[in-house]
Amino acid sequence: MATLQLSGVSKSFGAVAALTDVALTVDAGQVVAVVGDNGAGKSTLVKVLSGVHAPDAGTIVFEGREVTIQGPAAAHKLGIATVFQDLALCENLNVIENLFLGQELGPFRLDDVAMEVRSWELLRQLSAKLPAVRLPVAALSGGQRQTVAIARSLLGDPKIVILDEPTAALGVAQTAEVLNLIDRLRENGHGVLMISHNMADVRAVADEVVVLRLGRNNGVFDARSTSSEAIVAAITGAQDNVVAQRAARVQDSTEGVEQ
Amino acid sequence: MTAADLSDERLRKPTGLRGSATALVDRVRAGELGMVPVVAGLLVICVVLQILNPIFLSSTNLVNLLMECVPVGIIALGIVCVLLVGQIDLSVGSISGLSAAIMAILFVTEGWPAWLAVLLALVAGCAIGLLYAGIFNRVGVPTFVITLAGLLSFLGLQLKALGSIGSVNLPFDSGLVEFAQLNFVPAWLSYVFVLLAAAGLFVVGFLHAAKRRTAELSARSMRFLLVRSGVLAVGLGFAAWYLNRTRGIGWMFVLFVALALVLHYGLTSTKWGKAVYAVGGNVEAARRAGINVRLVYTSVFAICTTLAAFGGVLGAARLAAANQSSGGGDVNLNAIAAAVIGGTSLFGGRGTAFAAVLGVLVIQSISSGLTLLSLDSSYRFFVTGVVLLLAVGVDSLARRSRTTHGRA
Repeated sequence: MATLQLSGVSKSFGAVAALTDVALTVDAGQVVAVVGDNGAGKSTLVKVLSGVHAPDAGTIVFEGREVTIQGPAAAHKLGIATVFQDLALCENLNVIENLFLGQELGPFRLDDVAMEVRSWELLRQLSAKLPAVRLPVAALSGGQRQTVAIARSLLGDPKIVILDEPTAALGVAQTAEVLNLIDRLRENGHGVLMISHNMADVRAVADEVVVLRLGRNNGVFDARSTSSEAIVAAITGAQDNVVAQRAARVQDSTEGVEQ
Repeated sequence: MTAADLSDERLRKPTGLRGSATALVDRVRAGELGMVPVVAGLLVICVVLQILNPIFLSSTNLVNLLMECVPVGIIALGIVCVLLVGQIDLSVGSISGLSAAIMAILFVTEGWPAWLAVLLALVAGCAIGLLYAGIFNRVGVPTFVITLAGLLSFLGLQLKALGSIGSVNLPFDSGLVEFAQLNFVPAWLSYVFVLLAAAGLFVVGFLHAAKRRTAELSARSMRFLLVRSGVLAVGLGFAAWYLNRTRGIGWMFVLFVALALVLHYGLTSTKWGKAVYAVGGNVEAARRAGINVRLVYTSVFAICTTLAAFGGVLGAARLAAANQSSGGGDVNLNAIAAAVIGGTSLFGGRGTAFAAVLGVLVIQSISSGLTLLSLDSSYRFFVTGVVLLLAVGVDSLARRSRTTHGRA
């Protein structure tokens, strides 16, 4: 049974239908990538799942129970943690303070030792490469910041982790670092829902690729056996475009060689 | 075995006293200045003023200087809180004047008991903070404008309250005036306080280090803790001895330091304190982390205006009068300047409660030194203005340096 199962989810903003009848499942220990063009409804989907927007229609089944997600806090309580694209870290605070922001141990007498120990546990669980936890977040690289944001989402021991464009602003090495992290999440049995634009990243870590197009499902692909071209074709929705044409030409010429 | 937090191979491992010293130098170079500029500035100011007038560092003058610090210093404590969340309160002077007027009228004209008059003045101050926060949270008017409006309105209210009399004198034999002018800590008790402070610092540090060692984290060495407490004991002991040669340390100053310590604890060791820094650093992140941002703003403004009212009451007690100029003139800017000179960033999210203490010492030293030179307030305004500009300049440069050193 899937940890998270969406069916028939719709959401419109005024006259614009952002999501129409979307279905999706995420299992424990599975990385599902959601891809789609701008305006395909990826962000709306994230916001529905993280409790920012309530869906107009459809059901969300979490661990076998049908649930309604009332708000960000409710989503977190259920076990759905979201790492937004802008990470939402406080640069003037150090790593520990950011990890425990809003959920510090010992409200009237902070237990900084316990928090530091727990921080190292979390980071080690992710095999994260942070030299120190008492550094202000301002001193960290983009990849390290992403690490902190992901580690923070793991504090409540969530079942599902949603990552919104985790590699969008990162360099090559940092991207690799974050992809390792996603792999770690899968190994630790978390279900991961990853929103991405980057086909290479998707194919590197995802198990399943869900394509959204104009707010509707446009196919679910196995990330290992499907070609990038097929996924791109599903994203653009047109068989007749530059990418598809070139793919077809490449296909033809290789077939020609074989003959 | 290395401690869990020092196991990364990329980390330089400072050990012992020398390590702590190098780490401090590195931090300062990278723009993490902390208290360094204000302490250096204070030393320079003291040396210059002492050369200009040998009375400046006399025990009598220093005793007086410390007492003079308290009203503005307490107001500056509140300003630190407001600056930490990235807002400003320009009306603290008017609030202090208004609360002084309320206290004096209730106490002298209406004949209320002193404690009740003070309490009501504080409640009035707190109510103003709640009003500010309410407007800021619900309507979203910038605090700069809200408090500018408050500056004018509450000044008007103060003038109206004092009305035709224009000034209310507090009786010299009242407890309030005695507290602000005549009550000093007995010499023996001041040394007990010094020992308690040093011992307290050591015990807290020792317990914390022990706890960290049990958790297999790096901890400060025994020697560092002993030296630190020793330096504190000698420094404070010398100061107490020097001040005790004349009148000694006023209870009012002890109250100020106690308030600063309480605020320091609140800011560094409670969930509320972390929320304050978080809101100052990144409001959106704080909101998403589940922090009630409005509540943080409300608490901070209530604290600021209550402390402003308290400073006003003590100022009136020190002067033995509340009049139309109470809280007027340079009180407002001195309090804000003290917080900034002490190292509180105007950009939010940086600063400590001790910033107010050190900053107000700088401001009062300048004021006292120039008075000793029989220069009038025109010079004082000018010099204080230059010092404020220097302090903010240092803050801005340090910020730039932190950016290039990846610590911004």
